[in-house]
Amino acid sequence: MQGFIQMLDPLLSLLPEFLQLVVVAIIKIVVVLLPLILAVAYLTYAERKVIGAMQGRIGPNRVGYKGLLQPFADVIKLLLKEVVVPTNASRFLFVIAPVISIMPAFAAWAVVPLSPEFVIADVDAGLLYVLALTSLGVYGVILAGWASNSKYAFLGAMRSAAQIVAYEIAMGFALVGVLMAGGSLNLGKIIEAQSGSIFTWFWLPLLPLFVIYFISGVAETNRAPFDVAEGESEIVAGFHVEYSGTAFAVFFLAEYANMILISVLAATLFLGGWLSPFQGLPAWLGGESFIAAPGFFWLALKVSLFLFCFLWFRATFPRYRYDQIMRLGWKVFIPVTIVWLFVEGVMVHFKVGPWSA
Amino acid sequence: MTFEQLLFYSFAAVLIAAAIGVITSRNPVHSVLFLVLAFFNSAVLWMLLEAEFLAIVLVLVYVGAVMVLFLFVVMMLDINVARAREGFTRYAPLGALVTIVVAVEIAYVARARQLGVQFFGPPERRSVEYSNTEEIGKVLYTEHVYAFEIAAVILLVAIVAAISLTMRKRPNLKVQDIGKQVATRRGDRVRIVKMKSESPD
Repeated sequence: MQGFIQMLDPLLSLLPEFLQLVVVAIIKIVVVLLPLILAVAYLTYAERKVIGAMQGRIGPNRVGYKGLLQPFADVIKLLLKEVVVPTNASRFLFVIAPVISIMPAFAAWAVVPLSPEFVIADVDAGLLYVLALTSLGVYGVILAGWASNSKYAFLGAMRSAAQIVAYEIAMGFALVGVLMAGGSLNLGKIIEAQSGSIFTWFWLPLLPLFVIYFISGVAETNRAPFDVAEGESEIVAGFHVEYSGTAFAVFFLAEYANMILISVLAATLFLGGWLSPFQGLPAWLGGESFIAAPGFFWLALKVSLFLFCFLWFRATFPRYRYDQIMRLGWKVFIPVTIVWLFVEGVMVHFKVGPWSA
Repeated sequence: MTFEQLLFYSFAAVLIAAAIGVITSRNPVHSVLFLVLAFFNSAVLWMLLEAEFLAIVLVLVYVGAVMVLFLFVVMMLDINVARAREGFTRYAPLGALVTIVVAVEIAYVARARQLGVQFFGPPERRSVEYSNTEEIGKVLYTEHVYAFEIAAVILLVAIVAAISLTMRKRPNLKVQDIGKQVATRRGDRVRIVKMKSESPD
């Protein structure tokens, strides 16, 4: 990546200084976002194939070889359809709601380190930035529900708002644990603090926080078994029941982009991001060969693991009842995270654990 | 005009426009959304002052949590705007008086010798390595630790008070005791009866 930008140097030096910065930033953003959108497209395909396999079906197999072009067929179909705006809908908010819901899912990628060398913005308060942006996604859902002028959509929006506010607290506490262990808010430094071996990654000393973070992440993205905001058996499709065509496609994109974001954050914060699991092993197990080197490949592998869990949950778990979702968020997760923060404080004080060095 | 000034003036303009939108829009939901926009723009202004911790926390706490609940409540309420605007002329003089007092206060603080804007001067530029978050943490947990903890206790008391005010046991309310549900054994629900098979006639 750096090499590519250096290659452009003679061209860039023709521009004024702040435009150079802008152009370099835009190149980096495109380099991240284009593969991300492709990943979202193929995540929908993977979801249908995986759930199909779990339910003893084949899944999409008509468009292209083994159905590999299915995502493109879906996108083209949705783009060609009409966007219907309901009567008495708040027109401006109705149109802008999908945009608001996808914006944070993309913007949070600015601080995620994808390999030891590459991150769009190596900012100091990266973890806070991610937390702030992921808390904005709920506006898209609420506005969509309210602007649609539909009772079903509104019910979905209300459910989703209460649920996201509840789980965000547990998620925030889990992140506090990570920053206590990592000693920094910068995501790159948090990964470096985990280096050593697979047992110094934060998943082991912060196991309760890791589990809570991932479950809260599933709840925040409104995925099964926490998908009461959609709840097709009770409220049709929840907040996006009135959406069609491109606007619906953007909501769809936002949901899957959020899934990938939660997965990449879980991998970064608890599974050592781009660190290799072979690092720190003895030489005969490959501890000193090239597979122990950190790289984007390992991050992609860990992200795929979490994404598979998302699909697995959807295929296996029945939907939670709403009062039980609230109970789990407020009465189970928040106390557990607070207790574990105390435990962690004691561990830090007595220099127990991988971060004491 | 430098690039930074351009940013400042554009965000400040949007901030003021949003603040006006809060008090002039007819629909309370739109008011709340204008307030969100205002918070966002003030966060950006703080970011320009290199106060990134405050800026991000403003977005995280106010935009991400408080305003969501606000929006939640406002959407559920059935507000009659015409009723709420009744008596506008009656309260207008009082409102004007309050406005003048606030304006005079702001002008006094901005112009006064001890507190004035020129007294502080522009903040010095920091290097890229300077961590605003770390500095705030160091001061907050050493020098101002008592104030910080008192604030925390007050907030805790407020939470407890709010919960105890709204928590009430209604009679005839069917509540599930999840511990009991989990602890249920087969014997509590089903009685297995052994009997000999009977001939049909």
